[in-house]
Amino acid sequence: MPKVKIARKSTLVDMTAMCDVAFLLLTFFMLTSNFTAKEPVKVTTPASISEIKIAETDIETILIDQKGRIFLGIDGQQHRINLLKAMGEAYKITFTPTELKRYSVRTSTGVPMNQMKAFLDLPLEQIDNPNAQKGIPSDTTVTSEFRQWIYYAKKENDKIVIAIKGDKETPFPVIKTVMKTLQDLKQVRFNLITGLKEVPKDI
Amino acid sequence: MAELNTGGGGHKKSGKKRSKKASTRIDLTPMVDLGFLLITFFMLATTLIKPQTMEINLPRNDKIDKKDETKVKASKTITIILAKNNKIFWFAGDGKTDPVTKGPTILNTSDFSKSGIRSVLLTRNAPIVAQIHELKSEKEKIRMSDDEYKKLARQIRAGDAAAIVMIVATDEAKYNNLVNILDEMQICNVSKYSIMDFTPLHASLIKPYDK
Repeated sequence: MPKVKIARKSTLVDMTAMCDVAFLLLTFFMLTSNFTAKEPVKVTTPASISEIKIAETDIETILIDQKGRIFLGIDGQQHRINLLKAMGEAYKITFTPTELKRYSVRTSTGVPMNQMKAFLDLPLEQIDNPNAQKGIPSDTTVTSEFRQWIYYAKKENDKIVIAIKGDKETPFPVIKTVMKTLQDLKQVRFNLITGLKEVPKDI
Repeated sequence: MAELNTGGGGHKKSGKKRSKKASTRIDLTPMVDLGFLLITFFMLATTLIKPQTMEINLPRNDKIDKKDETKVKASKTITIILAKNNKIFWFAGDGKTDPVTKGPTILNTSDFSKSGIRSVLLTRNAPIVAQIHELKSEKEKIRMSDDEYKKLARQIRAGDAAAIVMIVATDEAKYNNLVNILDEMQICNVSKYSIMDFTPLHASLIKPYDK
């Protein structure tokens, strides 16, 4: 019997197409991405059926963590620098350009004004420690620091929209204080940032 | 894996000396690896989903005149008290007399489940819910524009038959409870609601239950 010769085929695959796909996807992700802003504390937002998307610019985020610490951040580095300058003037603290710069690169900060300078001078490896920030002191009085922050943020950027990003477990009194303060400052329209939940079908 | 010299080798022809032809093909595998590595990085580092928000309008508290105050019918109001451990208390009326029996206020307990506060709100707001349903089916039939639908829905929700809900939270309540109850308002088509202060009246009502 004659031997049947099986033609040997190369097992190599042409990678060019795959490479094209990979880089196409890469380009897509690079163009559509906006990086996750690093927040000083981890916050799990409650879920709601609301489908309104939050704006990306002119936004002021009030971050409230589980323990009720309040952090505040506005978008735009220049806005942040101006805001801290304005707060510094109100509290008679002058910040060095380095300190202003370090404040402006942080998405949100929650430090009492009398500790702000010391906080911004912390070495890099300590500044990101979640316990380094005590939260902005807040109460419903006119002189509360939190109220000043909101006031100067509005002054700095008139179009600013307020968004509250609270943790599920945040005690209600903190939320109440924040809402009261906003109400006092006539900022009665604001947003609560929530996660996504499915709309119940049978309603 | 390297793909080299596929053209060369093979048939040996007599005599003639040929310079070896190097293939122009390059192995792209490492490049693909790199591509996917970068994709993975970008996928993990980005947020594609924008966060959702819930819009809230609080009343301005600077000019509340006695004459500006909205008078609400006690029979249409229901007060929801958010207590600790995700518990809900609710009562109808003004907290002093029950609008149906005219006797003392009846305090009910409930929770955030489907058969809890949602069914209470849906029964109380039944006329509005029915009208919204009708509007929805109409919308599908005659191809109503979204804007018009929203306008009509808003009118229905502001109608006279709508339930009025007062939300009161105790200090032990969590932020989650507040968001959930506001969510229920949306689900049950209640547009007349407000967040109120926790008063001694509420405290005295829930005291016997609050252990």
